[in-house]
Amino acid sequence: MSKVIVVTSGKGGVGKTTSTASIGAALAQSGKKVCVVDFDVGLRNLDLVLGAERRVVYDLINVAQGDAKLAQALIRDKRVDSLSLLAASQTRDKDALTYEGVERVIGELRNSFDWVICDSPAGIERGALLAMRFADQAIVVTNPEVSSVRDSDRIIGLLDSKTSRAENGERIDKQLLLTRFDSGRSARGEMLSIADVLDILSIPLLGVIPESEEVLRASNLGAPVTINGSAGPAGRAYREAARKLAGDTAPVAIPDQKKTFFNRLFGRRAA
Amino acid sequence: MSLFRFLTQRPAAPVARERLQILLAHERVALGPRDLVTILRDELLATIARHIEIDPQKLSVKMERAGAYSTLEIDVEIPCDKVAGAPPSVTQAQASAA
Repeated sequence: MSKVIVVTSGKGGVGKTTSTASIGAALAQSGKKVCVVDFDVGLRNLDLVLGAERRVVYDLINVAQGDAKLAQALIRDKRVDSLSLLAASQTRDKDALTYEGVERVIGELRNSFDWVICDSPAGIERGALLAMRFADQAIVVTNPEVSSVRDSDRIIGLLDSKTSRAENGERIDKQLLLTRFDSGRSARGEMLSIADVLDILSIPLLGVIPESEEVLRASNLGAPVTINGSAGPAGRAYREAARKLAGDTAPVAIPDQKKTFFNRLFGRRAA
Repeated sequence: MSLFRFLTQRPAAPVARERLQILLAHERVALGPRDLVTILRDELLATIARHIEIDPQKLSVKMERAGAYSTLEIDVEIPCDKVAGAPPSVTQAQASAA
């Protein structure tokens, strides 16, 4: 049975697109058929992060309005065969998307893919509401930072009231993906801890992605950390989050704290 | 001076946590209850789960407003092997409240 996931956050720049690409690629590498869909009309970037920016011909709006067939718009990844991308439009107005059009496209995607992962735009406007509307499950991407946590709380409220599942009296599963986490700074009391964020948002944890240089390198190259064979901590954390999403019940691994001299000295201060 | 400040500086994360907790407590009230239906569903699920094992997706809670009154519809699907002496296929419970 296919699952539709929305990757959302409220705040911009926390890692929605990176997470969509990385988790999508990891799921596809496990042999599942995955489609990642960019809902950020006018500011599309999922194509760039996936290295497919020069292959976009038709986009989500073309398909939603019936100007192109879904099969014409899907871009198949050259490295992972079972991964496809449906890009957002860069030139059209965001109001060109309708609920009916999106519902039809999502319905078609459900028929051909095991996983449909919708990359939401930032904010709580129409674009973000459209991205979450037909989802079965949500990944709430949050940085351990006050403005991001506040915006995530707001998005959780919208997931519980504005999605089609919520309106039909059904449950929408929400899981937290904590990104750009620095265990050293958290241990020193300089950054909110994982427990703090979980306690405030009270949704279950999907994964913790450590702040890592490999993430920037991956977007520079257009190859998500889970594709480019990176053995670094972010790649590992994304692979693990994908396994957990697919039903693995192992507890979430917390990124190691770097055992620097400074951390050893001050690590206990906020324990 | 800066070394002194460094040694006496309070960790900032507990401050962040406290500020968020206070702020969100206010905002959740101001922006309306975290959807009453969702809260009811979660609490009903917890209560039922204490006695019978059910699929969380098979619990539906709907609230409808019509003129002077609202109805609350709770629909729970319970697998028959979980309840002794249940009707053959599926046990359904429905409740309506004014």
